[in-house]
Amino acid sequence: MKKISTIDDLKKAGEKGLKSLFPDGVKIVVGMATSGIASGADKVYTALDEEIKKRKLSYILAKTGSMGMDFIEPLVDVIEKDKPRLSYGKMTPAKVPQLIDQIIKGNVDKIRPLYRIDEEDVIITGEVKHYLVGALPEYLKDVPKISELPFYKKQVKIVTRNCGIIDPENIEEYIARGGYFALQKALRTMSSDAIIEDVIKSGLRGRGGGGFPAGKKWQSCRNAPGDIKYVICNGDEGDPGAYMDRSVMEGDPHSVIEGMIIGAYAIGAQEGFIYVRNEYPLAVANLTKAIEEARSLGLLGKNIFGANFNFDIKISKGAGAFVCGESTALMASLEGKAGEPRAKYIHTVEHGLWDRPSNLNNVETWVNVPVIITRGGKWFSEIGVPHSTGTKVFSLVGKINNIGLVEVPMGIPLKDIIYDIGGGIPGGKAFKAVQTGGPSGGAIPAAMMNLPVDFDSLWEAGSMMGSGGMIVMDEKTCMVDLARYFIEFLVSESCGKCIPCREGVRRMNDILHDICAGKGKEGDVELLELMAKGIKDGSLCALGGSAPNPVLSTIKYFRQEYDAHIQKKCCPAGVCRALIRYEINAKKCTGCGVCAKKCPTECISGEKKKAHKINQKKCIKCGVCMESCKFEAITVE
Amino acid sequence: MVNLIIDGKKITANKDTMILEAARAAGIDIPTLCAHESVSRSGACRLCVVEVKKGNRTKIVTSCLYPVEEGIAVETKNERVLNVRRLVLELLLARNPKSEVIADLAKKLGVAPQPRFIPDTDKGKCILCRSCVRVCEEVVGVSAIGLSCRGSQKTVGPPYNEDSAVCIGCGACAFICPTGHIEMETTEDKRKIWGRTFKMKACDVCGRYFAPEDQLKYISKITGVPLKELAICMDCR
Amino acid sequence: MKKAATMIEAKTKEIIKKHGGDKSSLIAVLQDIQEQYNYLPKDALATVNEEMEIPASRIYEVATFYNTFSLNPRGKYLIEVCAGTACHVQGASRLMDKLQRDLEIECGETTKDNMFSLEEVRCLGCCSLAPVVRIGGDIHPYLTQDKIPKILGNYRKQG
Repeated sequence: MKKISTIDDLKKAGEKGLKSLFPDGVKIVVGMATSGIASGADKVYTALDEEIKKRKLSYILAKTGSMGMDFIEPLVDVIEKDKPRLSYGKMTPAKVPQLIDQIIKGNVDKIRPLYRIDEEDVIITGEVKHYLVGALPEYLKDVPKISELPFYKKQVKIVTRNCGIIDPENIEEYIARGGYFALQKALRTMSSDAIIEDVIKSGLRGRGGGGFPAGKKWQSCRNAPGDIKYVICNGDEGDPGAYMDRSVMEGDPHSVIEGMIIGAYAIGAQEGFIYVRNEYPLAVANLTKAIEEARSLGLLGKNIFGANFNFDIKISKGAGAFVCGESTALMASLEGKAGEPRAKYIHTVEHGLWDRPSNLNNVETWVNVPVIITRGGKWFSEIGVPHSTGTKVFSLVGKINNIGLVEVPMGIPLKDIIYDIGGGIPGGKAFKAVQTGGPSGGAIPAAMMNLPVDFDSLWEAGSMMGSGGMIVMDEKTCMVDLARYFIEFLVSESCGKCIPCREGVRRMNDILHDICAGKGKEGDVELLELMAKGIKDGSLCALGGSAPNPVLSTIKYFRQEYDAHIQKKCCPAGVCRALIRYEINAKKCTGCGVCAKKCPTECISGEKKKAHKINQKKCIKCGVCMESCKFEAITVE
Repeated sequence: MVNLIIDGKKITANKDTMILEAARAAGIDIPTLCAHESVSRSGACRLCVVEVKKGNRTKIVTSCLYPVEEGIAVETKNERVLNVRRLVLELLLARNPKSEVIADLAKKLGVAPQPRFIPDTDKGKCILCRSCVRVCEEVVGVSAIGLSCRGSQKTVGPPYNEDSAVCIGCGACAFICPTGHIEMETTEDKRKIWGRTFKMKACDVCGRYFAPEDQLKYISKITGVPLKELAICMDCR
Repeated sequence: MKKAATMIEAKTKEIIKKHGGDKSSLIAVLQDIQEQYNYLPKDALATVNEEMEIPASRIYEVATFYNTFSLNPRGKYLIEVCAGTACHVQGASRLMDKLQRDLEIECGETTKDNMFSLEEVRCLGCCSLAPVVRIGGDIHPYLTQDKIPKILGNYRKQG
């Protein structure tokens, strides 16, 4: 491909990309992000490929990232000239021949598309691109538009603008959706100061957890003395239950790269690093390809867009340490050392990687940058609420119907996310709480469902934005067990450098284990609270400083569950194994014997076709019996 | 020069002084375990925390790492600070029940063992302050010992817990250890440390065993002084 | 034995060269060694010590700090039970218990036949498929205790 050094080069590449996005013939696109592959998208892709070849069709088969609708994956999109883009959910290889039949015949009789996309807003340019030209074909009248789907309706896609739409390995498609135009604009028409000014005006706050204003950080790094400076992208998404950064790195790697180049230009950095979790091989692969392609087109390297500016990016794979999400630990890791944080009294924007000025932002923060440059800081600042501008991507997981990634304007009420977008709680159970901010955050109870979701409101509620994990819990989730889970996580992820975190969190864990095992003592809750205060104040880094949050928030909102465990030795949610027992309801038991066969300790017995019994002395409470019973005859007491 | 207030006292200090030194110079005692003048600071023990008030905002900082700033007000003994210090000592009492240093310090600061913490039996007297690791790297220059694992599994010692090939038996780690965790045994012509036994060199003049042979060889190698000249003990020089 | 050590040394040198030999590439070098041998052989770390001029104690510190690295040989298939929050609330700990019972090993150990190593992993980012277990790189979604014997059997059959 020809090097891209002028706006005309960019436009030409974009035109090619448009042809690929809106082809003349038939194009079938499979969502091949990690979640898609895990639900079988690769098998669907292979089946499609074979079927197309077998029938000697000239269809184009392509891959894309994730639309965020994990609950309906594998997802297959069919694009035909002048017709709406149709999305088929829960695809299987078996359905492939029927799907091809339908395309040939022009109907949707056998396999119903979940929704159709008539047109697309290209957020970065403000344009609308039409799939549907002319009248809607009669046979598609009953297929809902994507914008009518409850899951989609309240979302605003800025960060995930290209995910699930473009082929992450095709830079032309990225350019066709406005990609790299922001870079061209920044490099050719804006001064460093003007860029930083615009980012400050946008109100963009760091999406990694802390929420520090990105523009101010850039400014400090720009003003820091030193010739060699670095920009770093934190892709070490460690919060268990958060995977939006993975999705973006996999589905739209160029948006990360473009944001970083703009930032580097504004700050005066020559080198950039993307630090990605080792657990994300596809993100590493797609980013690597994207960097190579950008380099070969002259978008990375020397004199980018003819400007007097050189910049390149390296990828570093993490090696499995949650603490490396902390900026100073991440930098230590980039230097090839154990990822231990250091006191941040001297800021990393002045003394960071190899003691040089370094500006670190997380994936989502960088991805917002090209949009801010194209549409302007003012436009961005009008999305969301005054002190939390723009959107936030959340991973909506746990006990919720519509599991997936959602991008919403900041300030949206929590209940809109849980009920409208998330579709409520499965199995008619009651919504109990939602954990935001991962192990550093806290649980927000159902009673606070009207809480606007923004940095400051979450903070005041005793939680935090964190990187955007939103774990929904129903009445069957034990909040003490949840606190114990997070604390246990932090015990094994603490770097072990400072005493309050290493020893204090370990002791909290011991006490929580005792409580869950029915060995809690009077005064334990008060002791936990006092320890929490000391650990928060006394820890060296933010990991220790926020470690007690899950304990504090569950004590604050679910104190009665702690008391039940300690005083009554019972687990109201029926989770803590030492405090529960499995019973067989004689009325419901048909005596089929499945549970007895599956029981690993052979503690279930009974005559055929008669109600069975559990020998409590031998029961290890593994729950296999309950899982295997088809008659709901086994209950937790 | 920088003007600040520590515990209500007006203090002037050099720009790059840490709060810890500024306070001590003014006769204000701040307890520490891991800060040692010979090695760089890690801020690991957290005993030296103080509260800094800057404008309207207060925060807890590590006084051994926080440089003095114009106009700040420092509290070294308010309730919030003492809560952290108490917790740290309770945790150390439980981790290192056999350490006299910690027991004495706790007693001095009025901290009793927290009955809810079950004392450890496998940690010795090590608080993981890493002074030993730093002295071995920064002063001696051999990096024979280091940290391993992380979190509560973290320990200090030579790799694989085996005899270190680069250790010179100098014993700097044992000298700097604030709690006496590192065991070093010197008997006449032998010294045992980190499980390895070193042969001691007898002084060419008085015949007294004064240093491990490996240490003298190492000094000769890095300074270029012939080994023969190093074979005389400090007293006989 | 000696031959194996020489081969490890040669391979390790090749890996170091690929990464340019700079001290900051230590983690990348160790990752490649881990990938090559499924653990970090002692001989390889000795070569890293010599070639990259990084003290053995620092290499050992890095090798034991990060979860990715293992100082003992891992089994042919690494079983990683996701311990992410979504998996936890969907009962991942029961899957771990079941695997421990069936494989007769504890988490962090390897079966006697060197077929499986059992570990816990911090969120694979497949929360929508919770609870998940990754075996030899393949993700098994919506796993129940029930399905485990058959899945393990399939891997054993593959050999």
